[in-house]
Amino acid sequence: MSVPVCLSPLAQGLHRSLPIMLGYIPVGFAFGVLAVKNNIPPGLAVAMSVLMFSGSGQFVFASMWGVGANALSIMAAVLIVNLRYLLQSAAEAPWLAALPRWQRFLLGLGLTDETFAVHVTAFQQGWRCNLTTLFVCNHSAQLAWVSGTAIGAFCGELVTDVQPLGLDYALTAMFLALLVPQCVSRLHVIVALFTAFLSIALRGLGMSQWNIALATVVGASLGVCLLLLKGRQDNRSSVPPRRVEHGENSHA
Amino acid sequence: MPEGTALAPCLLGCVLATLLPKVLPLSLLHGDSLPPLLRSWLSFVPVAVMAALVGPDVLFYQGQFNVGTSNLFLMVALPSLVVAWWSKNYFLTIAFGLGMVIAARATGLY
Repeated sequence: MSVPVCLSPLAQGLHRSLPIMLGYIPVGFAFGVLAVKNNIPPGLAVAMSVLMFSGSGQFVFASMWGVGANALSIMAAVLIVNLRYLLQSAAEAPWLAALPRWQRFLLGLGLTDETFAVHVTAFQQGWRCNLTTLFVCNHSAQLAWVSGTAIGAFCGELVTDVQPLGLDYALTAMFLALLVPQCVSRLHVIVALFTAFLSIALRGLGMSQWNIALATVVGASLGVCLLLLKGRQDNRSSVPPRRVEHGENSHA
Repeated sequence: MPEGTALAPCLLGCVLATLLPKVLPLSLLHGDSLPPLLRSWLSFVPVAVMAALVGPDVLFYQGQFNVGTSNLFLMVALPSLVVAWWSKNYFLTIAFGLGMVIAARATGLY
């Protein structure tokens, strides 16, 4: 993600969230329509997008609520699809270690698959942490998500089909564009191919809620095992710096 | 709506089930003093989780497992990977993919 360095932190945040917003508006819209179809009042559908800000969790909720599943099993299913956030939040922690706890808490609220992916990629490419960029990206993405939901929930009949615009492919396009730069070594390519295959296989076997978290845990473990086998502890740029100083030390 | 009364508590539980996994590791882990093995493991999480998300997105087209030419997303994803590899350009890769999907549908191919 080569971002011109001259951009202001705010513009960098918007630059980073633009493809995410492009994907969130139609997916949020689809959620709004689905929620109302499944007997969730439009206002509550929008509230869900504000409070949860989690695509798959909200879709699981709406579809299970619609078929009359009991509250405990809905909560369990939502927790299972959200287990991947535990992994993403932990993986982002070393990069944000220098920030005070309340700021890390607020950044955690804005964590999604997409914001995690763009932030971590920027950190790996040597980007210096900037709070404005992080928050602008997270909240402009959430604004798109909530707006999409509101349009879908309150006037879902206005838009009949987003497919001609290709927007149902936007988030997939974004993940592909972020996944390729992740493959910095042959080891990373192996991990990516193995994890994608495992995630597909688990979903094919009917584990559509567990597949992401489980495949990620197994895939990352494979990566570490192969790395240890190679006997090289040093993992180059993909491991964050051991300690980030507060002061200006980049010209040392 | 008789079930309306149960919706709010269920929703509240689900909000917690979403926000706690997002927030707990980031606010509780001492990110700069984790054991080296755990740091190494966490460094593989981004590549693994992105692959785990995108794999099913591409191969389950309209809800069905599909590795044939009738899977538009697969047909677009393969050249997109080449474009991403060659160009190293984030926006170009996304624009290429979206453009292909729009073109395929506009011409009635899919």
